Amino acid sequence: MHEPLPRTEPVFGLLAEFDGADDLMSGVRKAHDEGFRRMDAFSPFPIEGLAEALGHRDMRVPWLTLFGGIFGAALGYGMQAYTNLDYPIIVGGRPLIAAPAFMLITFELMVLFAVLFSIGGMLALNRLPRLHHPLFDLEEFHLASNDKFFLLILSNDERFERDRTRAFLASLKPVRIELIEHTEEPV
Amino acid sequence: MSHLSTSERDRYAGITEEITRIPLHYPARLGWWICFGFALLLLLLFFVSVTVLFRYGVGVWGNNIPVNWGLAIANYIWFLGIGHAGTLISAMLLLVGAHWRNSLNRFAEAMTLFAVVCAGLYPILHLGRPWLFYWMAPYPNTMTVWPQFKSPLTWDFFAVLTYLTVSVLFWYIGIVPDLAAVRDRAKRRGAQIFYGLAALGWRGSARHWARWRQSYRLTAAIAVPLVVSVHSEISLLFAAGPIPGWDSTVFPPYFVLGAAFSGFAVVAMIAVVLRHALGLGDLVTPRHLDLLGKFLLATGLMTGYGYFAEVFTALYAGGIYEKGTLLDRLSGQYAWSYWGAAFANFVPLQLLWWRRVRRNPVLLFLIGLSVSIGMWFERYMLLVTALYRDYLVSSWGEYHASFWEWALYTGMLGVFLVPFLLFVRFLPVISAFEVKEALFTEEHHA
Repeated sequence: MHEPLPRTEPVFGLLAEFDGADDLMSGVRKAHDEGFRRMDAFSPFPIEGLAEALGHRDMRVPWLTLFGGIFGAALGYGMQAYTNLDYPIIVGGRPLIAAPAFMLITFELMVLFAVLFSIGGMLALNRLPRLHHPLFDLEEFHLASNDKFFLLILSNDERFERDRTRAFLASLKPVRIELIEHTEEPV
Repeated sequence: MSHLSTSERDRYAGITEEITRIPLHYPARLGWWICFGFALLLLLLFFVSVTVLFRYGVGVWGNNIPVNWGLAIANYIWFLGIGHAGTLISAMLLLVGAHWRNSLNRFAEAMTLFAVVCAGLYPILHLGRPWLFYWMAPYPNTMTVWPQFKSPLTWDFFAVLTYLTVSVLFWYIGIVPDLAAVRDRAKRRGAQIFYGLAALGWRGSARHWARWRQSYRLTAAIAVPLVVSVHSEISLLFAAGPIPGWDSTVFPPYFVLGAAFSGFAVVAMIAVVLRHALGLGDLVTPRHLDLLGKFLLATGLMTGYGYFAEVFTALYAGGIYEKGTLLDRLSGQYAWSYWGAAFANFVPLQLLWWRRVRRNPVLLFLIGLSVSIGMWFERYMLLVTALYRDYLVSSWGEYHASFWEWALYTGMLGVFLVPFLLFVRFLPVISAFEVKEALFTEEHHA
């Protein structure tokens, strides 16, 4: 999902603030039924099913984790096999490629790369770290990490029209509705 | 419209307030400075002992032949074992969905990080030429040789490196949403910049949370077998050696459970101290102390099985060298370490059968202290009593830790305490968003 860019869209989006997680959840469901797709919700803690209600289905992080694990295990085993063949030291007539002795490092590297891919992938897919975001310009947005719940409809949504979207958000009876401007310079 | 009443919403805000006030308006400044000054002295002692060690070599320690491993490796195992409880509490309880973990996981993970750093320093310092420790890494070098991957020392390198990296990442992605909460509440410019950078621009987006959750849970799922593998690996260092008293199949589970045991003891101690010092009585409740006490008791009894199995296998197998080592442990020169371990680990522990004892912070702290000392005795006992007398009378010897070994150990406590105190002072010690999430789900299921 791409965020609206300053050079193509006049505003960033409309944000509605709610007091409770249930209000946000029902608001998201209604907005989805209304046909909005490019939207996001903000909450102080993860809420079960909220992302799904937004239409977000993304299994890339688990797949990346699996891929990282396989990659790490292959790397670990391959590294040990390669180095033993590259500089063979035969001790006590034991085989150069000693699978039991290699398992520990193979396992450790599998874990290491699975976690690196998982967390690195999570950050990259979330476009983090990001030092600024148009929402941070809003006075009340700091409450998103405290006790408030927000629904954002982005301006590049097909059904976005400033006044009608505002009227729709008002029908959800939020605490307040704010227009979010772009705060970055147009490129 | 909201069926969430105002008072419930206030509770979310109250949780944020209670947790974020600690880094922003630290309550017990004087006490913190006293502890921090003391920790800095310990750290100074660490640097002095390391300087002496680097200047004169490992000869300043009491290690010799036959006891070529002494405090260095005993402390390595001890510190790493303490670290494991943090990961277990955090990861295992996350996976089984125990909500009460939320009040403990953050500082337990921080304890893990700093304990692993201390542990990781020991094998490096124990090397004759510690500045060449990177030779353990497989990099193309001018000598065209590679590390010996069939050696447990190289396993150590990979195990500790992986464990440290995974613990740091798990802890950090777990703290990012709370750093964002502190950032949003910071008033001073310096604090805003510090927490702003550390929070990575986190804004609580539902999509972010969804991916974050996938990643966090997967990392937790991988971290649990990692703990088992890391400590089993250490025990393989022993069990793979043909030394009577080490060459035992019970070692991997015995070490892993002993690690969890000592770690829970330290978590219990830290929980009691932080709860008292920072006024966190609402978040770390007697129920948490009760559960920690139960964990401590359970892992302690499982460790007790390890003690029993060691004696049993020695007697049942009937090997003369095994029996000799057993006798040396029970009544030899270092019998104080065996009986010290047996006493400090198990006698005070039995008090935890009583609920009132588990819920009493002072008693829980004292039992935790006793267990951490007892587990230190155990690691010492396992090392020294097996080495000082092996098959040949000609290779019998004694081991006495030298002044600089003790100095390094004392200083290492500073390496643990200084970053831990900085963590307590500047970062949210309890996971605010997870407490809120637990509150939310509880109210929804009720």
